[in-house]
Amino acid sequence: MTRNALINALSAIVGDRYALVEKEDVIVYEQDGSIFQVMPEIVVLPANAEEVAAVVKLAQQANVPIVPRGSGTGLAGGAVPAEGGIILSLARLNRILKIDLQNHIAIVEPGVINIDVTKAVSKDGFFYAPDPSSQAACSVGGNVANNSGGPHTLAYGVTTNHVLGVEVVLDDGQILWLGGEVPDTPGYDLCGVFVGSEGTMGIVTKAIVRLMRSRESVRTLLAIFDQMDRATQTVVDITGAGIIPAALEMIDRTTIEAIETGAPVGFPRDAEAVLIVEVEGLIEHTERSMQLVRDICTRSGAREVRVAKDETERQLLWKGRKGAFGAMGALAPNYYVQDGVVPRSKLPEIMQRIAEISKQFNLRIANVFHAGDGNLHPNILFDMRVPGELDRVVEAGAATLRACIELGGSITGEHGVGLEKKAYIGLLFNEADLEAMTRVRRAFDPDGRFNPAKLFPTPISCGEIRRQPASIPAGLWI
Amino acid sequence: MEHTHPTIDSANQSKVATLDLPELYQCVHCGLCLDQCPTYRVLKLEPESPRGRIHLVKAAADGRIELNERFKEHIYLCLLCRACETACPSGVQYGRIAETAREHLGPPGSDLTRAVLNFVFSQLLPYPRRLRFVFTLLRIYQSSGLQRITRSLLPKKLREMDALLPVVPRSLFRPDSNAHLAIGQRRAKVAMLNGCVMPLLFGEVNEATVRVLQRNGCDVIFPKSQTCCGALNIHNGESTAAKQMARQNIDAFLAANVDAIIVNAAGCGAAMKEYGYLLRDDPTYAQKADRFGSLVKDAGEFLAGLGLVGELGAVKMTVTYQDPCHLAHGQRIRSQPRKLLQSIPGLTLVEMEGSDRCCGSAGIYNITHPEMSRHLLKEKMQTIALTDAEAVVAPNPGCMLQLCYGAQQYGPKLSVYHLMDLLERSYSAAETASQK
Repeated sequence: MTRNALINALSAIVGDRYALVEKEDVIVYEQDGSIFQVMPEIVVLPANAEEVAAVVKLAQQANVPIVPRGSGTGLAGGAVPAEGGIILSLARLNRILKIDLQNHIAIVEPGVINIDVTKAVSKDGFFYAPDPSSQAACSVGGNVANNSGGPHTLAYGVTTNHVLGVEVVLDDGQILWLGGEVPDTPGYDLCGVFVGSEGTMGIVTKAIVRLMRSRESVRTLLAIFDQMDRATQTVVDITGAGIIPAALEMIDRTTIEAIETGAPVGFPRDAEAVLIVEVEGLIEHTERSMQLVRDICTRSGAREVRVAKDETERQLLWKGRKGAFGAMGALAPNYYVQDGVVPRSKLPEIMQRIAEISKQFNLRIANVFHAGDGNLHPNILFDMRVPGELDRVVEAGAATLRACIELGGSITGEHGVGLEKKAYIGLLFNEADLEAMTRVRRAFDPDGRFNPAKLFPTPISCGEIRRQPASIPAGLWI
Repeated sequence: MEHTHPTIDSANQSKVATLDLPELYQCVHCGLCLDQCPTYRVLKLEPESPRGRIHLVKAAADGRIELNERFKEHIYLCLLCRACETACPSGVQYGRIAETAREHLGPPGSDLTRAVLNFVFSQLLPYPRRLRFVFTLLRIYQSSGLQRITRSLLPKKLREMDALLPVVPRSLFRPDSNAHLAIGQRRAKVAMLNGCVMPLLFGEVNEATVRVLQRNGCDVIFPKSQTCCGALNIHNGESTAAKQMARQNIDAFLAANVDAIIVNAAGCGAAMKEYGYLLRDDPTYAQKADRFGSLVKDAGEFLAGLGLVGELGAVKMTVTYQDPCHLAHGQRIRSQPRKLLQSIPGLTLVEMEGSDRCCGSAGIYNITHPEMSRHLLKEKMQTIALTDAEAVVAPNPGCMLQLCYGAQQYGPKLSVYHLMDLLERSYSAAETASQK
């Protein structure tokens, strides 16, 4: 099939407006929330599962790769078309199809914005638990692909704990359901296999998600520290005392500077670190837990503890926290965020190591992370335009991941592997592990058509229309 | 290890230095602006989002794409509502990026449209008297019955544009050349912007604004040599006349030596507060422009800060409030107008969902992009209908015109007010009550 024939056929499926080929259109799809850029050949935005299936069938006939994309807020390059081909944006599949409050489920299309699920049910006292920082923009489909977490992962788990079933389009254009409205369907947990597969097995066109009851009471505090190690020790102390907060977040001095410069919320610029601690449940429980947390913070050396007086103050704390990544632009033109995990008892040690890495490579590193589950987010700040700086960034990033693994942790908590960490996945898994995963992937996508060159440290295969991914920072590439 | 520079393409056009703004490098592509952007919400296309447009301008600056018609379409489909600035955690001033790109591209539309716009921007808007003349002709056209006849003859597109024309009232606002003196104790001396279309279409709003300011102890003057603020020019890629208008206003208002410069149109207020940026490369005016900008206050902002005095009477009405984009996003003014509304006895304020989402007016956008504009207006009228309010308050003439049109075309049938209308009505209600 010629390129023109492919384009015409795609236009016939999705309409001219939603099949993009002009450079002034497709160039904006060369990047997601990460620093990677590869130009797609074609971008299509189908309107429903049937159109998705038709596009997938065509791609099979034409033998071109397909890269699914949600809102493009991912931080690991998952939506970047590493081998060119077709970007299939699911942004237009954005309907909430069913809300069943009695059975605590909703059926949504993948392009629905994460926060809109909660918005649709909050007046009835429900919410959708996974809450990535980008929840005001990221899509449920993207969350499913990356098995995303968020600040409240500590209490509620990640996306896979909240998805009961998915409708998917496979490589031959077949549409089928995995899992279903009832939990614990017999046989293989194929829905579980799909969640977190980063678009490498097929395309999710509907998801059945769990809705949770809002808690009676929520209390949130900000603990302010003059020393980083006191803040990290406090995290260890809080969980050590048997309290599991709904969220336990850490923000360091550099991140505070970014937030207060970009969109200020009133975090103290002179603090070395702040913790946001949230407890929720029955009123009696939260009042007592809050008191305990306050005492621990003070005992562990917090200079000040501010409890949010009302919902407005609480929302302001979260606005600061959730805007933290985006605020990095206030300090530097580029940032490279890592997603390493360590056992939380190792937090004081890893923060020490990161500070050393920052010095060693002469790069500013801003830390903002889910301290409660030891999921770090060191943001390495840099300027792509400065020659040689990217080399140091890549090396510093690798050094932090190695440090995480040495301390018994992992290379990604919630952002996915994508392009960014595929070079490091071998540090975590041996060949047998990877071979087993590859076989699962091949069972769904034998030709490797879906989101090729992601997740696995495999050599790049060739599609019929593809572009040399020349603009990927080479050090981040295998 | 060798790295390829990610922003360099092999097929390079030439770089465009004037587009290479520092603001571009503040965007880290996080995407938090996407769902706040009206055009992205409707189309779900990344090139019609703030992040996409920033990426396009960056690519153009780097010489990676051409500044062709397609590029121009993307840059001009933006409403310049600046909701993305409110959403941006990095504080990217998107408005500057879009305005600079438009300045580079020139006005939107076909050659004919561009010629018409250029004429309006440089030959009409800067000259209040010419503008008044045009509106007088317009009134004659409407009242003579000529409009009814031509409307049936016009092609569809022109007919729709004709329907957007508000009825030009017989009386227009002419400020006193002397000061409008404070009533009661004098608390401030202020100068007011008369505006271009405000005195011609909404003369009573200017009148109400003056009255409310007087009642709150302000001497109000209208510097004689003032002119249109130039916002429409700036938003549509015309900068030469805009800069001249800014200089003229700066001279006129600074000479008046006042405590504040009061503006009752959100779009004008935002533009005037930003004269400093517009004239940043003008050594004689840059500093003066900053000083001028710091004196500019939206009427609601100013009065809420001053604190209302005098007796307010009951206005029994349920209203909803539409945040004008250039008030909420452009000037970050949200609570002050609400506070003033809530101080009116008998008035109930019901919030609509997405009150800070653009109504589709956006200056001349409803004329240049009628399809998108109507789509947004329809949605807006639907959310307004859910509040069951009998009136909508929007302190900006563009929004008022658009909402009037929306009420007429799509319903619900409701009245449209400026905040100052209702404040003045409340004051006079108290007066009438005390006279009884």
